[in-house]
Amino acid sequence: MSASSSSSTVAHSATGAFTPDAFAAHLATQPSAPAWWLDRKRAAYESFASLPMPKRTDEAWRFSSIATLTLADVQVGAGVPAGLSIESPFGPVALTFVNNTVVRSGERQRADLPPGVLVTTLSDALANHSELLRKHFMAQPQKLGSEKFAALHTAFIADGAFIHIPRGVEVAAPIVVVHAAAGANTAVFPHTLVIADDNSKATVIDYFVSLDSLSPLASGPSPAPQALALALGANDLYAAHGAHLTYVAAQAWSRDTLSFQLNSTVVRRDARVQSLNLHLGARQARHESLSQLQAPGAFSEMLALTVADGTQEFDQRTLQIHQAPNTKSDLLYKNALRDKARTIFSGLIVVDPDAQKTDAYQSNRNLMLSDDAEANSLPGLEIQANDVRCTHGATSSRIDPEQEFYLRSRGISKAAADELLTFGFFEEVLQRLESEPLHDALRSLIQTQFQK
Amino acid sequence: MKPPSDLAAPPDPAIDETVVTENPVAGIDQTAGDFSYNVKYDFDAGTGLNENTIRYISSVKKEAPWLLEFRLKALKTFLDKPLPTHWATKDLENINFDKIRYYLSQGQKPKRTWDEVPDDIKKTFERLGIPEQERKFLAGVEAQFDSEAAYSNVKELVKKQGVIFVNSTEGLREHPEIFRKFFGKIIPTGDNKFSALNSAVFSGGSFIYVPPGVKVAQPLQAYFRINAENFGQFERTLIIADEGAEVVYMEGCTAPKFSTSTLHSAVVELVALKGAKIQYITVQNWAANVFNLVTKRGVAHENAEIKWIDCNIGSRLTMKYPGVVLKGRKARGEVISIALANDGQHQDTGAKMIHAADETTSNVVSKSISVGQGRATYRGMVHIPKHLKGCKNNTECDALLINTNSRTDTYPAITVRGDQNATQHEASVSKVNEEMIFYMQQRGLTEGQAMSLAVNGFINDLARQFPMEYSVELKRLIDLEMEGSVG
Repeated sequence: MSASSSSSTVAHSATGAFTPDAFAAHLATQPSAPAWWLDRKRAAYESFASLPMPKRTDEAWRFSSIATLTLADVQVGAGVPAGLSIESPFGPVALTFVNNTVVRSGERQRADLPPGVLVTTLSDALANHSELLRKHFMAQPQKLGSEKFAALHTAFIADGAFIHIPRGVEVAAPIVVVHAAAGANTAVFPHTLVIADDNSKATVIDYFVSLDSLSPLASGPSPAPQALALALGANDLYAAHGAHLTYVAAQAWSRDTLSFQLNSTVVRRDARVQSLNLHLGARQARHESLSQLQAPGAFSEMLALTVADGTQEFDQRTLQIHQAPNTKSDLLYKNALRDKARTIFSGLIVVDPDAQKTDAYQSNRNLMLSDDAEANSLPGLEIQANDVRCTHGATSSRIDPEQEFYLRSRGISKAAADELLTFGFFEEVLQRLESEPLHDALRSLIQTQFQK
Repeated sequence: MKPPSDLAAPPDPAIDETVVTENPVAGIDQTAGDFSYNVKYDFDAGTGLNENTIRYISSVKKEAPWLLEFRLKALKTFLDKPLPTHWATKDLENINFDKIRYYLSQGQKPKRTWDEVPDDIKKTFERLGIPEQERKFLAGVEAQFDSEAAYSNVKELVKKQGVIFVNSTEGLREHPEIFRKFFGKIIPTGDNKFSALNSAVFSGGSFIYVPPGVKVAQPLQAYFRINAENFGQFERTLIIADEGAEVVYMEGCTAPKFSTSTLHSAVVELVALKGAKIQYITVQNWAANVFNLVTKRGVAHENAEIKWIDCNIGSRLTMKYPGVVLKGRKARGEVISIALANDGQHQDTGAKMIHAADETTSNVVSKSISVGQGRATYRGMVHIPKHLKGCKNNTECDALLINTNSRTDTYPAITVRGDQNATQHEASVSKVNEEMIFYMQQRGLTEGQAMSLAVNGFINDLARQFPMEYSVELKRLIDLEMEGSVG
């Protein structure tokens, strides 16, 4: 390790396109932001620039492809192309962001919200709800290996969604936020912050999409192999006493995207957060999810569905921390692997000393649909209290040969059989969602993955 | 091992006799294993490690030049490799490699009959609680006293079958045509820092060759002891079962308590050729200051079977992940592991299953018990590479936590490529059922006795797989560990 001799080259490669000049240019776009926000951004840039890129020997990056994690050749602050049309499979959209800029504010949908419910942009929150934002924005520790990328997110974030559900208010319709990236070599930093106050109830949906992949024109030649997009998203979910929050994130970035999604969930007394992440897009996608169960009665349900095909790599890292007695967490991550796809699931349940009566579950199921696919599972436990119920399981296999034979013997093609088997395999997770329309929207999104 | 504060009088490492306290309840001699002897070492390589240490060891053992080269190269690898603390516990940093004696020998030739065994060594066996009538049985035992086999006599019957059962020095000197082919091939020197260390300074251990078709009726045994303060023991074992052969090998360890850390770093290589079966059984109970960093791996060829049965009690830190490379079609690998971690102890154990041929199957069953502030860790690896068909792995890990702040961790890593294989992994963590304890207390058992019974019940289905005398020993060790853990 010769830290001193090669420091200049290391610093260069470790910041990629996000040079000090690029950062200065970004800061200049936020002249009216409060001082604390700019200070935080400066500190975040410092830490981003000084932290090294992940190394092969980092346990938090075990089995991940390190060489393809590049921050070079992307463009910060690309403009918003005119004449965009964005379809949302989840119904009316409350907020739409394209290339980090809000383009449509969904006034009509927001007018239907119960009084007091705030669905707005981070820039509006900076002006009008500064203290609430300051308390919750990226406030939780990064424990899953992406400290550097989280810092980059904070340094370069331009806008995002800010949602506050006041005490006792229930929002029936889902609040849909679309985060889109348009153009080649674009870098986007989507962010959604949700504060569900005491005894409130809401469903929030994040839909991540590259506009190129939606437009019919883009179904022609695939982008040049050098083309690279970066999507570095994060979300903060906070469920106060007795709140019920359902959060769904559907990721459908283009296949040249390097994607990060950094989730932090804080669950307070008797609150319940159900989150479901659907992963379909990107070239390489890393998802980090941290659930902190901070008070008795807290419950976090963590669900994920991934359809991996081509040469995609999906890298999922989760951490369930039980910090108080009588808390519950339940994780179920299912991956369907086709072609030469790779998946990594690394989960850890941590039960702090004295967090007695913890009930924690963690399960990773991999459906192998190709002889070239690769599934890696690292289901972990760290338990420091004895009166707990903690179990985990991981399986990787093809479907029961008899079921497959049944389908094939009725003349169903391999591709159609794969699709049927995948839906059968995913049903257990989809069933956990209460909302039937949501269930259908997710099904139709998953279907698109099989129609290519 | 109980923490020193629980003993009436801490044992003096240099006295021949210690106070024997009978446990009024279970009739267990709690100081068993807590003793040491004044032994005059004829050959002593001193403390610390450098090229001269290696040359000294090699010359004392009258080794061939290739072996000296092998050792010197290994020393370089050892010095070059960093401690694996990016995934392993930082406690490894507390090993002071300069304070360790890397070679000790009484300079005796391995003895042939019991009568020739020196009295002080016999005394060691006596204190181990080996009954008079078993002494004859011991005559068929490779009993390791410090780094040399002080006593070695292969049973006549086994010899007649053509089995070679010698220590590492003798194996490499007298039978290089058999052992050199596999020596250091299953676990290469550079596999990890501690296998490199062992390759540089190894002495003692067993080299066994079982000819084709020979089924060794009785388990071959070796007792290992560490008997000098600051003295690391680096035994090297290589077992080759030729085509269709079967052998069971057992090692058992108890060690005296010492005030400063002791390092034990063994390398065990197994080769099961076509259709062969090897079972390797370990029951160990190291003193609470021992670092036990062991590399164990076997290669199973076509239709062969390797089974590791591993029981870890005691030590300050044990890191041991017995592995099987399933190299031939239909090879089978199994690891049965029991670990008990008491106060100040960390049992970091597990298994590695590397599938390298079609239709290979592996099974891992691990049960751990954490008592007091003890920490038990399961670390596993299952690897099924590309284009293999019909490979199966099953892994089960159960952890039992006895006290409020006992700790357990599970870190498995499973890689599967392709759609024609299947793996499943399950783990659970629980505490002793309160109703069960209540029931037993109702019937007049103390809470401690009830707890002991419950823990023995927890591991019973695994303990039954041990040979009779080992499962009895295991039960006694667990009773010992559980005393004072509750109430």
